[in-house]
Amino acid sequence: MTDTTYAPPTQQPALPPSRGPLGLAISGWRQLTSMRTALILLFLLALAAVPGSLLPQRGLNAGKVIEFYRDHPRLAPILDRVSAFDVFGAPWFAAIYLALFLSLAGCVLPRMWRQTSALRARPPAAPRHLSRLPVAMSWHTDEEPAEVLAAARGRLRGWRVDVRSEPGGGASLAAERGYFREVGNLLFHFSLLVLLAGVALGGLFGYKGNVLVKQGDAFSNTLAYYDSISPGRLFSAGRLAPFTVILERFRATYQPSGEPATFAADVRFAGHPGAALRSYHLRVNHPLNIDATKLYLIGHGYAMHFVVRGPDGRVAYDGTQPFLPRDASFASDGVVKVPDIAPGPGGTPRQLGFSGFFTPTTVMGPNGLESGFPAARNPAVTLLAWRGDLGLDNGRPQSVYALQTEGLRRVLDARGRPATATLRPGQTLALPGGVGSITFAGFSEFATFQVTHDPGSRLALAAAVLLLIGLVVSLRVRRRRLWLRARPDGRRTVVEAAGLSRNDSGSFDEDFRAIITRLRSRPAAPEED
Amino acid sequence: MPVDLSLAHRSDTLLFLAVVVYSLAMLGFAAEFSFSRRAGIARALTRADAARAATPATAARIRQPAAVGGAGGIATGPPPGAGPATVGPHPPLRSRLDRSTTGDHLGRIAVVLTGLAFLLHAGSVVTRGMAAHRVPWGNMYEYSSMVALVAVAAFLVLLTRERVRFLGAFVLLFVVLFLGLAGTVLYVPAGPLVPALQSYWIAIHVAAAITASGTFALGAIVTVLYLLRAKYDVLTTTGGRPRVSSVGRLLPPATTLDRVAYRVHAFAFPLWTFAVIAGAIWAESAWGRYWGWDPKETWSFITWVIYAGYLHARATAGWRGRKAAVIALVGFTALTIDYYIVNIFLVGLHSYAGV
Repeated sequence: MTDTTYAPPTQQPALPPSRGPLGLAISGWRQLTSMRTALILLFLLALAAVPGSLLPQRGLNAGKVIEFYRDHPRLAPILDRVSAFDVFGAPWFAAIYLALFLSLAGCVLPRMWRQTSALRARPPAAPRHLSRLPVAMSWHTDEEPAEVLAAARGRLRGWRVDVRSEPGGGASLAAERGYFREVGNLLFHFSLLVLLAGVALGGLFGYKGNVLVKQGDAFSNTLAYYDSISPGRLFSAGRLAPFTVILERFRATYQPSGEPATFAADVRFAGHPGAALRSYHLRVNHPLNIDATKLYLIGHGYAMHFVVRGPDGRVAYDGTQPFLPRDASFASDGVVKVPDIAPGPGGTPRQLGFSGFFTPTTVMGPNGLESGFPAARNPAVTLLAWRGDLGLDNGRPQSVYALQTEGLRRVLDARGRPATATLRPGQTLALPGGVGSITFAGFSEFATFQVTHDPGSRLALAAAVLLLIGLVVSLRVRRRRLWLRARPDGRRTVVEAAGLSRNDSGSFDEDFRAIITRLRSRPAAPEED
Repeated sequence: MPVDLSLAHRSDTLLFLAVVVYSLAMLGFAAEFSFSRRAGIARALTRADAARAATPATAARIRQPAAVGGAGGIATGPPPGAGPATVGPHPPLRSRLDRSTTGDHLGRIAVVLTGLAFLLHAGSVVTRGMAAHRVPWGNMYEYSSMVALVAVAAFLVLLTRERVRFLGAFVLLFVVLFLGLAGTVLYVPAGPLVPALQSYWIAIHVAAAITASGTFALGAIVTVLYLLRAKYDVLTTTGGRPRVSSVGRLLPPATTLDRVAYRVHAFAFPLWTFAVIAGAIWAESAWGRYWGWDPKETWSFITWVIYAGYLHARATAGWRGRKAAVIALVGFTALTIDYYIVNIFLVGLHSYAGV
């Protein structure tokens, strides 16, 4: 799939036209592995990637896709049918790149095989009429033909040189250099195949998951801890590395404008149960690597510590609940679910729920309370109390960040208004009707981590490095041929020289002249190079 | 550390001065261009051409591809009086050496002015970085300034290798417009980097992307000139009347432009490849995956694929020449989309790099 101009026609002998399925297959294969097809496939690939950047993609932001469905209810299902929201996993996208890689393999692999012998090949003998070549010159000298060529041979360092004697007392010299251009070229294209293999390996056996860890809590790498996980097709839970991570402390700092300045998590971790704990300062751009599984700090927020008491004053709930940030100033939403409150009058089981809104720097905005800054300068949580059935026992899974309000009623005060209050740390809201109370005991920070295991990434990296080396070699090394013919011409010797550049990087005329000038200079000249 | 405001201000002043001097240099190049038109000897010569002309004693016979100087009044015959041993496709030496005309002087002055403006521009970039205590490519304004600086540097380097002074007016027109856009629409005051950018990879990945982009820009300019010249050649041989392409008369032969364009692209493409790979390595350590089809990644990939197509097309029969040149320009369009459209309109992980 590279410079077709290099491939001498003899290397691809034209088979006699054959009929039937075999002939069709052969001509189809030739068509697929031709440069033209590869070029067209390349452009198709570029074109096919465009919608992936313009339309919302599920893999990047599923919420955007839902939004698009809402805004374009007629168009969205049609687009969805052609995988337009998952372009890079779409069958048609895969068809293009697989065809391209097949074309690439069909071209590169046979050429690699041929290259093994081409690397040992001798330069082709001088053509009969050197003066017909694109770059040629001739001159007379008093030296013998054999002397001229022997001197030239000594000076063609880095060239592969053959000298052949010719009838009539003359001799010719054939030289070639730049064999590694094709090696670089093949290395580049072969590395692309390896890169694809690396990507595929990661996609099949790797996984990526998100986990939220509160300050002071531990996380063990088992499926149960994950908030979400997207495994590869051939992933199995048994492949999860058995490590544990403890979040000792999380710290974020901000610029005066409220933009983030630094995030860092101090963690302790053990590679497997029973291993000694080690410390790590985990930051953005500095993931924690445990046995080829990597932990990335991807987000953070505040977790609220509440204490809920029943009518009798006994503690019914004492826990810390993460509130999820809704904006850049970390105004955050969350809920508290208290299933085990003391039975109410008449023995009816009663559960309590609270929906809360935390503002780390509480200010009064046009639409009520809001957060003016992401750091906790003036923290407060605004709570709304609910009672009734939390729906925890009906077997349906539910989010720990939202209340299912079907079975719940608001707790009302004596005047029939919903019971709500904005609490500062340490303050308590006593619920009307003697239902109980909730105390905002304090808050801490939590961090969200992305856990990634990609068994193909090292292969992909190696392929990328080789690809780059191959590319530079194939673009920099120049493949050149040079011929000299010296024959007696009366009492003197006439020397003909010609050259051929086998790649198009320009100024061969100039280089040819420099080489010839060097070859013609007196042997007494100092050693070149 | 707080931003050094007086240094930041000095950076802005230096950039303004650089734009003024670039504009003067551009006028100088443009004047040289029009003078050479009057003289009718617009010829870009490689140093090889000059060397060849300087040693006519060497009995040489260089057969050029037929396309060289096929049209446009370029002297292609043997120099008058030269013996049969000295057959070359080049115009007489004398007319070129005698070319110390006003135009040539203007051209030299323009080169000096370009060098001066380049130093002012580099000073602006360095002071900006010192003011903010970081690499001076943390947002679109700074990135644009760097791309323009690289384009000028690539032009100056190319000047030492090839006779490409004719490019000056076009390169500086691009640079002045690009810097104008950067200094007005994209301008942001100097400030610190957001956490996601605080990595040594910003020095590697972004620097490579800048160098590749600036070089690709130069390649695109040469390619446009090549297409104009090729069109001019076609029209004059078929008896058509060139309009826009009449500028082709002032340009070097199409083969020279094609070769220069290829050299520039062949330099930029591995750099772009490196920038994408370095970006993937950084993405792996910052976001937990080396490739995620983020809009910036997608468009970098599209750009890479198209430029790869250009390099292949040049080696494919039936695609060489104008078709390949058009592919290179499509690649530059993708690069432009990757920069402006993706940064400003498409929300992705690279959005913090924004305006």
